[in-house]
Amino acid sequence: MKTGDLIRALAADSEIRLRPPGQALVLALIPGVAIALGLFVAVFGLRPQIVALLGEPRLLFKLCLAAVLIGLSGALVLRLVRPGADVRSAALLLAVAPALLAAACLAEIFAVPSNEWGQRLLGANALFCLKSIPFLSAAPLVAIVLALRNGAPEHPALAGAGAGLFAGAIGAAFYAAHCPDDSPLFVAAWYTLAIAIVTVIGAVAGARLLRW
Amino acid sequence: MRVDVREKEWAVLMRAGNAGDAGSYQQLLRQLSPVLRALARRGLVRAGMADADAEDVVQETLLAIHLKRQTWDADAPIGPWLFAIARHKLIDALRRRGRRIDLPIDDFAEILSSGENEPSSVAADVNRHLGCLPAGQRSVVQVIAVDGASIDEAASRLSLSKGAVRVALHRGLAALAAKFRETEA
Repeated sequence: MKTGDLIRALAADSEIRLRPPGQALVLALIPGVAIALGLFVAVFGLRPQIVALLGEPRLLFKLCLAAVLIGLSGALVLRLVRPGADVRSAALLLAVAPALLAAACLAEIFAVPSNEWGQRLLGANALFCLKSIPFLSAAPLVAIVLALRNGAPEHPALAGAGAGLFAGAIGAAFYAAHCPDDSPLFVAAWYTLAIAIVTVIGAVAGARLLRW
Repeated sequence: MRVDVREKEWAVLMRAGNAGDAGSYQQLLRQLSPVLRALARRGLVRAGMADADAEDVVQETLLAIHLKRQTWDADAPIGPWLFAIARHKLIDALRRRGRRIDLPIDDFAEILSSGENEPSSVAADVNRHLGCLPAGQRSVVQVIAVDGASIDEAASRLSLSKGAVRVALHRGLAALAAKFRETEA
């Protein structure tokens, strides 16, 4: 087939409007997050008196950090599936999240006597946290990866990792509303590890599913 | 400066195409072909391969540009977007042929030779994948591409509804792009 012939077929097909990546992502996240919310309500449930506790700075920080990570990783993912987009600035901006967490840990170390550090770090639910965040992230991860198949990532594994980070942040936000371990030390150790697990799963899935 | 003007014109055509103007869109793809051809030839030659495969790479790249056209942000410059797709497809094609090369950081600015014409005979092209399509999609793609039928003409010639022709064409093109990916050349 001549290239000119192929072009004629492509032009004939151009009437079909395709969804831009941002729109596809939002549309996929609606059912993805709804399923995660359903599982959260059925299996975990909100922490008792969470509204009264919202003034507690550690809890507030934990929730805000998850929100920041959702925003930054979501923006990064959208850059990763647009060929030629500026990924670097979005990736650098992502460093805000660990920087905030490191500052909070430092504050915690000053605020709490050293003999309590170990107990704050280990908390009461470390293993439960490691299992729960990936569990709550699963439906959002599937939704995000499916949406990104519309995109064109120059590096499929990296885009998958971005999807895992984004989904992990969503799962972490849900879990944060349940878990009574509020110390930044606990968050730094266990939330980070749990989100890293989801990120690796996303990278593996992306390498297979996001090629184009 | 010339490159700048050229890319601005491409962006105008692409925006018109996205707004439903198939003529502008076709004009854009026709303007892109010689540039993509020059890029593919140079990449193949640099990897120590015959440039007879260039047309295959050009067609695969055009398919990718078409199927991923929604990933261009209409406010962003179109050159980097086009070049990233072309580079991705070229690297892919070389990898399938057993070559791993790092393409130097280039952009369209270096590709000025627009005088590259389509060769009269090519080693491989999209045809070799047509046979793998389901019969319905294949006949729609062929009637529109090779015979030059419009959607309406294809519908009456194949006794299908216009909607069915559109769907078969779109699925057929997406399947062709997938076949390029799967085959080891």
